[in-house]
Amino acid sequence: MRNHPILALLKKEFLLEWRQKYALNGILLYVVGTVFICYLSFSGRGNSVGIPTWNALYWIILLFSALHAISKSFIQERAGRTLYYYSLASPIHIILAKLIYNSLLMLLLSFFALLVYATVLGNPIGDLGLFLLTLVLGSLGFAGAFTLLSGIVSKAGNNATLMAILSFPVILPFLLMVMKLSKNAIDGLDRASSFDEILVLISLNAITFALSLLLFPFLWRS
Amino acid sequence: MAKNWWKVLTIALVLYTLWAGLMFQVPRLAILNETIRAMHFHVPMWFGMVILLLISVVYSIRYLAKPSDDLDTRAIEFANTGVLFGILGIITGMAWATFTWGEPWSNDPKQNAAAIGLLVYFAYFILRNALEDPQQKARISAIYNIFAFSVLIPILFILPRLTDSLHPGNGGNPGFNAYDLDSKLRLVFYPAVIAWTLLGVWMSTLRIRTKNLQTFLNDSEK
Repeated sequence: MRNHPILALLKKEFLLEWRQKYALNGILLYVVGTVFICYLSFSGRGNSVGIPTWNALYWIILLFSALHAISKSFIQERAGRTLYYYSLASPIHIILAKLIYNSLLMLLLSFFALLVYATVLGNPIGDLGLFLLTLVLGSLGFAGAFTLLSGIVSKAGNNATLMAILSFPVILPFLLMVMKLSKNAIDGLDRASSFDEILVLISLNAITFALSLLLFPFLWRS
Repeated sequence: MAKNWWKVLTIALVLYTLWAGLMFQVPRLAILNETIRAMHFHVPMWFGMVILLLISVVYSIRYLAKPSDDLDTRAIEFANTGVLFGILGIITGMAWATFTWGEPWSNDPKQNAAAIGLLVYFAYFILRNALEDPQQKARISAIYNIFAFSVLIPILFILPRLTDSLHPGNGGNPGFNAYDLDSKLRLVFYPAVIAWTLLGVWMSTLRIRTKNLQTFLNDSEK
């Protein structure tokens, strides 16, 4: 049976993750640890955190977890093996597989983070449906923007500082939109009033994904 | 000499802008008063920045299509001048805001967006310096330049529109058209935009020529 290259590459990503369980477990533990630090920093009084702080803190935790989770996406393979993949598959398929895989990883991460975070620091969310939609859009955005950037950084010797300075300004407008939307969701505002933000988020997502697909073929040639 | 007519035009327009911008009659308006003259020096910086960065991106795209050292030099030098214009735009804006809004930085969405935009491009310069192989440096920074510009456009033009800004023309503040009933401002403003942008192009071409001469000298020494 012949698999579609994207499916085969996706399967490879999952297998790789499964064999190196420490990476995924490490990220999950990272989330738990950060949430717990935040909880204790507010002297363990979960409900005393104001809503704007709750919101901002959640997204900042997610931002850093995303940075760690995705920046490894081009490192975990040895140079020789990368070359081997590139001789087998087209760059579009490789980046698509990476994008899909990172999106799924980010979705898992953000839902997991929400679960831990809401358990420990309290759950003020008024409109859970809208909040989950925000999570999905936010996760896709993180995955879309960070995947290409981690590809760029992997060419520059996988410098962690470089990854941070390249991705923070790029992700900032995105983060502001997401925070605004999730604030609306927490306050349980009428959904029609969040329509603008949803539209902007979707178009920002579309831009980053399209750019990744367009630019990656030039990146992997080196 | 015939090739240099635009440099003569630049000098003439810049002198005209300096003279007319400071000496012409301006509408008498509350709060703004004489600070309205900042329009001829502050706003054109942003026009100039976007145009120069656009030129830089065009060279980056052309570099990816057909690599050559010359295109890379052009891309980086136009980005350099564009960012210089951005910094001048922020400084002139802050000076203006001190007199009209009462403080240099007032969490205005356009100010924040401009600052984020500059961070994106500072990261571009750092990325360039982090890469050592000249060809890899050129290609990867071209990729990031395209990515950065595509992110910059929504940052500058879409996000600030979603919230109220203190800037004239936004959030219920009267804009250009309301002030400029007798079209006298236009008479200075449009030439000012052309003047500063041409000056930026001129600066970039000078830098490109210096850089090309340097590489030529380095090559001939070997």
